[in-house]
Amino acid sequence: MPKRLKIPLAENDVRGLKLGETVYLDGVVLTGRDEVHIHALEYHEKGKQLPVDFKGAALFHCGPIMRKVGDKWEVVAAGPTTSSRMNSLEPQFIEKFRPGAIIGKGGMSQPTIDAMKKFGCVYLAITGGAAVLAAKGIKSVSGVEWFELGMPEAIWIMNAENFGPLTVAIDASGNSLYAAVNSKIKENEVKAREKLGLK
Amino acid sequence: MLTEADIQNATVELLRKAVVKLPKDVEDAIRKAYASETDEVPKMQLKAIVDNIDLALKGNTPMCQDTGVTIFYVTLPRECKVNVEKGIVEGVRRATKEVPLRPNAVHPLTRKNPGDNVGERMPFINWKLHDQDYIEMTVMTKGAGSENMSALAMLTPSSGIKGIKEFALNTLLRAGSNPCPPTIIGMGIGGSSDIAMKLAKEALLRPIDVRHKDPEIAKLETDLYEAINMLGIGPMGLGGKTTMLGLNIEYAFCHTASLPVAINVQCWAGRRATVRISPDGTMKYPTHER
Repeated sequence: MPKRLKIPLAENDVRGLKLGETVYLDGVVLTGRDEVHIHALEYHEKGKQLPVDFKGAALFHCGPIMRKVGDKWEVVAAGPTTSSRMNSLEPQFIEKFRPGAIIGKGGMSQPTIDAMKKFGCVYLAITGGAAVLAAKGIKSVSGVEWFELGMPEAIWIMNAENFGPLTVAIDASGNSLYAAVNSKIKENEVKAREKLGLK
Repeated sequence: MLTEADIQNATVELLRKAVVKLPKDVEDAIRKAYASETDEVPKMQLKAIVDNIDLALKGNTPMCQDTGVTIFYVTLPRECKVNVEKGIVEGVRRATKEVPLRPNAVHPLTRKNPGDNVGERMPFINWKLHDQDYIEMTVMTKGAGSENMSALAMLTPSSGIKGIKEFALNTLLRAGSNPCPPTIIGMGIGGSSDIAMKLAKEALLRPIDVRHKDPEIAKLETDLYEAINMLGIGPMGLGGKTTMLGLNIEYAFCHTASLPVAINVQCWAGRRATVRISPDGTMKYPTHER
């Protein structure tokens, strides 16, 4: 049975998630990618308050397509962006702002995995490119912050219901699905090289 | 008489078609991959992709939020009197609002986003002439996740086919889970550094179920396709049989002292669309007639 969790996420719930498990989320999902990471850490350094609270939050590596209908924003498409671009800033981001889950695609590097373990955060994989499917789980948009960064880079405050399916790809104990796949790839590489006549 | 407004309208429709519906060869390959996966994780990833393809078409919505930067390939009749460039630029502006597309084009240093996908040298247009009376425009709406994994190698001629294979294998291993696999790979071999990169992207314009007419190149396409699919990177890099949907190569003669090789990585959403605009204004979309 897939799990359904409420945002903000409680540390107990986060630490209870197992690798490979399927999860659906309810509550506020906040988008944040390259520019949000840069600016949030700059704000923190200057002691400035962020416009949103990331504590226990579901941080979605996503730059959506949004449409303004009247005075309200609507989601058109909202799939994940490549998480590895945030590798260099994510450990600090997790330490300073304590999100409970990061939603993205492609996985993240060891320093981020270490920070997740230390501070109680999981990485939830959502299918890349499946942006209409993902948008189905977003029921409304309650606001946007830092819109001056541009539509893809702003913080979108989205109300999610049954948002998923998400796969626990890095758990809060330092385990990673990608690491398991990588060791298989290493074995397979030998066969691929043989087929190509390479050493 | 064809007008700039016709080009503008064709551009909006072309972009809409490109982002909403995949060309048949790509969609067929994805459905085949979905049927062939047996493990739960890759099956679930491909199911999401297949469901998403259907939802996008049903809702006339872009299948992926990353609608790319707009790169056009335009072939003009020799006697073309219409300002095609202006029509395309205004068409991109309108499509950004009307489809809508995500405003992706930013200044590379200030990162300032004008919000309409138009800026210095963007949309980027590749021009050609032909002896026909129609205008042909192709657009590729390619996301950055895959584009960021692209690579160039200036190999020595002595490294030969083995060097090319080594470079392709290493590039795809390095890309891993990042470019939204199952990927489509475009390779450019020969020319010069810039020509190889251009050819690598142009290779992605050919349907993935059509092999190169040169048997040597066709064999390299097949060998690399089969070998890379042995890696088990799988859909979204979570493991599985399908790492790649197709691999196309284009080549050009090169300097006797060079062997440039370029790789352009495309995500599963291999979005491209072509329109043919006749002198009487009739529009045909050969990539999207089904």
